Amino acid sequence: MQDNILEVRHLSKYYAGVKALDDVSIAFRRGEVHALAGENGAGKSTLIKAITGAIVPTAGTIVLEGQEYAKLNPIDAIDKGIAAIYQEFTLIPHLTVAENIYFGKEVAKGGFVDKKAMNASARALMDDMGITLDPAAYVCDLGIAYQQIVEIAKAVAANSKILIMDEPTAPLTNKETEMLFQIIEKLRARNVTIIYISHRMDEIFKVCDRVSVMRDGKYIRTDNTADITVHDLIANMVGRELGEDYPQRTKPLGEVVLEVEGLKSEKVHDISFQLHKGEILGFGGLVGAGRTEVMQAIFGADRVKEGTITVKGKRETVKSPAKALELGIGLIPEDRKNQGVLLGLSVRQNVTFSSLKQAMVGCFVRNKKDIAIATEYIEKLRIKTPSVNQQVKNLSGGNQQKVVLAKALATKCDIIIFDEPTRGIDVGAKQEIYSLMRHLVDEEGKSIIMVSSEMPELIGMSDRILVMRHGGIVGEIQKEDYSQELILEYASGLK
Amino acid sequence: MSKMNSKKLRAILGEYGIIAVLILLVIVFACLSDRFLLLNNIFNILRQVSIVGIISVGMTFVMLTGGIDLSCGSVVGASVVGAALLMTEAAMHPVLACLIMLVFGTVLGLINAFFITQFKVPPFIATLGMMTSVRGIAYIITGGLPVFGFNRSFTVLGQGYVLNVIPIPVIVMFVVFAFGIVFLGKTRIGRHIYGVGGNEEAARLSGVNVKKIKYIVYGIAGLMSSLAGVVLLARVNSGQPNAGEGYEMDVITGVVLGGVSMSGGQGKLGMVIVGTLIMGILTNGMTMLTVNEYVQQFIKGLVLIGAVALDNAIKESRAKQSIDKA
Repeated sequence: MQDNILEVRHLSKYYAGVKALDDVSIAFRRGEVHALAGENGAGKSTLIKAITGAIVPTAGTIVLEGQEYAKLNPIDAIDKGIAAIYQEFTLIPHLTVAENIYFGKEVAKGGFVDKKAMNASARALMDDMGITLDPAAYVCDLGIAYQQIVEIAKAVAANSKILIMDEPTAPLTNKETEMLFQIIEKLRARNVTIIYISHRMDEIFKVCDRVSVMRDGKYIRTDNTADITVHDLIANMVGRELGEDYPQRTKPLGEVVLEVEGLKSEKVHDISFQLHKGEILGFGGLVGAGRTEVMQAIFGADRVKEGTITVKGKRETVKSPAKALELGIGLIPEDRKNQGVLLGLSVRQNVTFSSLKQAMVGCFVRNKKDIAIATEYIEKLRIKTPSVNQQVKNLSGGNQQKVVLAKALATKCDIIIFDEPTRGIDVGAKQEIYSLMRHLVDEEGKSIIMVSSEMPELIGMSDRILVMRHGGIVGEIQKEDYSQELILEYASGLK
Repeated sequence: MSKMNSKKLRAILGEYGIIAVLILLVIVFACLSDRFLLLNNIFNILRQVSIVGIISVGMTFVMLTGGIDLSCGSVVGASVVGAALLMTEAAMHPVLACLIMLVFGTVLGLINAFFITQFKVPPFIATLGMMTSVRGIAYIITGGLPVFGFNRSFTVLGQGYVLNVIPIPVIVMFVVFAFGIVFLGKTRIGRHIYGVGGNEEAARLSGVNVKKIKYIVYGIAGLMSSLAGVVLLARVNSGQPNAGEGYEMDVITGVVLGGVSMSGGQGKLGMVIVGTLIMGILTNGMTMLTVNEYVQQFIKGLVLIGAVALDNAIKESRAKQSIDKA
């Protein structure tokens, strides 16, 4: 009989019509490092949320130390020894390491916090884990890697028995990753169970004992990492059918409209590629590979250190987004809420925000023209809004995304950069965005660069795919060679 | 049907609730005092709010970008004594003296913007420092003593009337408001000001030069404060170095009452007139009813908190409704 500390049985979670988790059963053994693998949208995060009590499962049970639960709530989960380390940390920046580790459980002496005792026990704890870190240092002065370590120490101090790490190495350098792995070893020795989510194949094989694969909300299989090859694991992950219907190209490609050569910024290097008229050029890669940074540099939102950008045959220096728009380059940013829409402004104000000149006579905006332009794009993109004056924050995610798109299109740009065009929008709206993209390149002669972490979308929409890894382009894949395996192999450095 | 009406009423209240408060105040004071609604008194109220009103135009610009300008009262003071000294000590022509002070105020605003954009000093801190230092300037150049003795042609700006009834400061205030309303509502920069306050990063990625916008709003705020300063000097006929002290709070009160969000991006300058008038009417009405000055102050504070709380409650219920609909 295996000693399973945690087990999920027939766990399901349905959102309006979507099965985010579909009858998943996985057992986690005490003291093992258990990887969860799967593409974006495979259901890993939903599973984690069910375990940490962030969501209530639709059906199924969670068995924790032999005790069955239909659902957990976050406080229960913490009490029962489940801790999760997310990519956004929950530390308080202006407190010290020790104060953070013991936050809410301060060591007190006569009504006052006993800093000395707290620092001492924090130091003992960290020594035990093989970490050299001053307990009296302020968290805000630490780098990301050490902040993560403090999170882990906090979980250990709380006697957590199950530690969930979601893409822990994404923000870390190689050296820092090594340090994290050593800490994981120490935790394993303390019999802590670790659920490890990562897209990086090499890491899964390096630190994990077993790996469970999920796909489309379903559990596929669990293997010992010793008994399986990287290629088999990838094959298990990508067995997914292409669910959406991707509209096909109807026109041939035209001349080169954008050429980037040797582009270098703080985060990316040696970026060279060409974009043709009427082309959809896909950018694949793992989160943090530098794709967004390339787009920001081309768009003038990040400083370019070296390299040249040639737009329609003319060498240009793109110093600001305003300049990029002037050259006919538009950007649909990845973070809609923080970078895309102006939530408190009306649909009309958003749509014409970048292109107000067209609605002006002399120095003044003509309301009639302004409304006419906004209405034109509302109709063209089928934005569902009760009126042009509706505040954008009252629209759905898909419609907000269309507003951002309208804002870019209204500038009459010919080169449009879509950074994660369908993130967080429903299936119907996704399909509409795809049709729109196809229409833009086929009928209006525009060119598109699309950054996407959704494999099916990347393969379904792109005419050509460039794969990035560690800030550089590592592979170019032509349409006839498309496969999810190939993209993943480039992205995780196997090719 | 009645459901429809109550919904409509609530929508109107949400948009213009502050106007309802204004009308209510007018009715209350009109009932309590028969002198309140006399034309004479109405212009009196307008003249009383004119100085604060002029400054509140600049403050609205700044607050729409999510900033704040605490230095406005001190800029008023420095402009008052600066113009006074130029006209007396330097025997300068009043028009030239006023123009110099307007440039001076604008430059102070640009300095605020410089620290806010280049060194990322939070607007509260940058303008707080400016407020203290500029007040210092006002005391230094006067030695702390008031300046007197201007000629009649200048004081017309503050004490004169058009058509024998409309005080000139009131006209100045309305011109300034008209300028602000057109600027914010009809120009590209105006739209960009809302954008920067609504979402600075999205505005930047939409091609807006955010720094430029900040220079513009703080520059305009400085200009408005110095304009208010010279009008004030002409009205009171003496250059007091402590002139304008505490105005920043009156101005912010009026702007916030007018529905401008402290976090930026939302609010209408047209409503700021209403907010400013509410404070003016309260003062005027209560003075007429011989309410003790200390009590007046107490009541004004409560009105500010109450009005904003009410406004938020209405907005929240409206937001809930629109979610229910969706």
